[in-house]
Amino acid sequence: MMRDVAVVSTAQTPHARRVEDRNEVEMLMPVLEAVKGAIGVTQEDLDFTCSGSTDYLAGQGFSFVTILDGVGPYPPIVESHVEMDGAWALYEAWVKIQTGAADTALVYGYGKSSPGDLPRVLSRQLDPYYTAPLWPDSVGLAALQGRALLDSGKATEAEFAAVASRSRASAQANPNATISLDTTAEQILAEPYLVSPLRKDDCAPISDGAAAVILAADDRARELTDSPAWIRGIDHRIDVHGLGQRDLTDSPSTRLAAEKAGVADAPVDMAELHACFSPQELILREALGLGDDVDINPSGGPLSANTVMAAGLVRVIEAADRVASGDAGRAVAHATSGPCLQQNLVCVIEGDD
Amino acid sequence: MAGKERVAVIGCGQTRHEATRGDVSVAGLVREAAMRALEDARMTWADIDAVVIGKAPDFFEGLMMPELYLAEALGAVGKPILRVHTAGSVGGSTAIVASSLIESRVHQRVLTVAFEKQSESEAMWALSLPVPFSPKLVAGAGGYFAPHIRSYMRRSGAPDDTGILVALKDRQNACRNPYAHLHQPEITFESIRDSIMLWDPIRYDETCPSSDGAFAMVLTDEAGGDTADNPAWIHGTAMRSEATIAAGRDYVNPQAGRDCAADVYRQAGITDPRSQIDTAEVYVPFSWYEPMWLENLGFADEGDGWKLTEAGATAIDGDIPWNCSGGVLSTNPIGASGMIRFGEAALQVRGLAGDHQVDGARTALGHAYGGGAQFFAMWVVGADKP
Repeated sequence: MMRDVAVVSTAQTPHARRVEDRNEVEMLMPVLEAVKGAIGVTQEDLDFTCSGSTDYLAGQGFSFVTILDGVGPYPPIVESHVEMDGAWALYEAWVKIQTGAADTALVYGYGKSSPGDLPRVLSRQLDPYYTAPLWPDSVGLAALQGRALLDSGKATEAEFAAVASRSRASAQANPNATISLDTTAEQILAEPYLVSPLRKDDCAPISDGAAAVILAADDRARELTDSPAWIRGIDHRIDVHGLGQRDLTDSPSTRLAAEKAGVADAPVDMAELHACFSPQELILREALGLGDDVDINPSGGPLSANTVMAAGLVRVIEAADRVASGDAGRAVAHATSGPCLQQNLVCVIEGDD
Repeated sequence: MAGKERVAVIGCGQTRHEATRGDVSVAGLVREAAMRALEDARMTWADIDAVVIGKAPDFFEGLMMPELYLAEALGAVGKPILRVHTAGSVGGSTAIVASSLIESRVHQRVLTVAFEKQSESEAMWALSLPVPFSPKLVAGAGGYFAPHIRSYMRRSGAPDDTGILVALKDRQNACRNPYAHLHQPEITFESIRDSIMLWDPIRYDETCPSSDGAFAMVLTDEAGGDTADNPAWIHGTAMRSEATIAAGRDYVNPQAGRDCAADVYRQAGITDPRSQIDTAEVYVPFSWYEPMWLENLGFADEGDGWKLTEAGATAIDGDIPWNCSGGVLSTNPIGASGMIRFGEAALQVRGLAGDHQVDGARTALGHAYGGGAQFFAMWVVGADKP
């Protein structure tokens, strides 16, 4: 017997290739003000606060500690932090609301990837004894996954290019996107490989930014907004870490999370998928059971805006915003973490019946 | 909703904590604790619905988001795994997040584990919090907390040797705990007093060590607790955070700590902690934090905490034994230290604390803090079902 929990407010920064004139606190504060201001609440009205970030982007241990000062935690607040994408902070907040100890929650995620070499930084997620010493970067690993998909006969390079072309074109309607382009699949196929079989347009940009959500339960959600986007199911699962121990052309953890979240219980209008490389979108669509009639990544997706540690939460925001506006009745948001889609979260969002 | 589901701790496991656990990998370390917790709970990996893991900064091991690499070692493949990081309080908040998964009825059996393998790096530099607009002190956590301790001494009029008494008690307690990092049976008041002054007034022997270690617990719903031999029932959990730097913030007696204690006591029905709590495991990484937290947690009036320490009230045979395991002063794998506090509190009310068991302990407090004394996590556990 779960409580009904809704996304009642969202905000995000433009996802910029490089934010040099603001530190993380300065980048985050306008988003926090916007997400609260949109529904007229202050920090004291929020029962729980949870964030997601990583020290490996900030280049400093305990980096989230001073960020919290930007939230204005006075008087002291009930607060937690996950060293994960903000989508998992949203999950923790959803659980907190389910305990009954909170009716409202502020969730945020942020990241500045630009100061470092992101593909190499992400290689620090790998097995520290056997894999990480080889420094395989995230683009190279995604290329391995793309190659496995081609070799399996499940997809073609033209399909990769179609994903990239559609995503970049959709991003033209997204003012927060890092990249938007009117490029045909044929033009993309004519590009040289970045890391075969991936071309540059098959890969997400590197973005700096922040995003925030306010959740509210039951009647409190209806008090705060006329258009709550209800979380009807949410679940997350993880696969084996070792790349040689899994079928890279499949995502069993996504499939399982989708089943637990009830994706297939009713038709899906749209989905926002955390696919940072075009082959991954094809893998996710299959694992989620999404047919050709489902609108995929109308925001342009991570191929157009990819703030690491917020990009999963942004998927929830993009889906919830479309449900709140009535553009979609039932949406799926997906977030991922780890090499080659190792860990996956699936969230089903619906409007009022 | 029919209120929160009751939650019980039915399995605890920890590693031998040492300066360098060179005999195990990171995966081997967490598995050692997790398997002991499962054995204690009479469970196997298959019985676990979800895993919640906590640790302090990833730079300590040079391993970004280690839960990804640890998925197999923690039996999490095909399951949900959450990674918590709330600075030094993380071991406590990790246990609280695990508990919330059951309280909410999302899951029934959750494995929670916290670890740090500090020998992989030099933790002191990561613990040198930068103060904005100031040159970086690079003086470690001790350099940050020493001024707050001096402020406490000035405000309370405590004698200079209170910290030495705390260190002596905790190091002697550690000799009763086979898992503790430091075993120093030869330690004396004089040897602590004569140890090198690191950050005045904090001497070397009044400082926590740097440890490799892990602690794990199995939490279950009410039905699981009912069928366990000796469950520790969770009577309350609370977390509070406040700013690192804010005008009017009391760094010695932080409001977040007082609010957190008031919240957890309200849930557990505690109005007089000194008489109603039988034993406490409290995060004391520098000796002077015992009298400071005695006041912050309401065991003593403001300014009187040191008097309890001096009178022996917090000794294992005192009326409110604190840190019978030896505490953070004897064992400090940072990310795990909070969970060790929570877990040792559970072991006490389960009657399984071995040579450092407090006779008849039925209600215990577990406490953790972190950052610049700004993040707090606490739980109260009891032998009786709430």
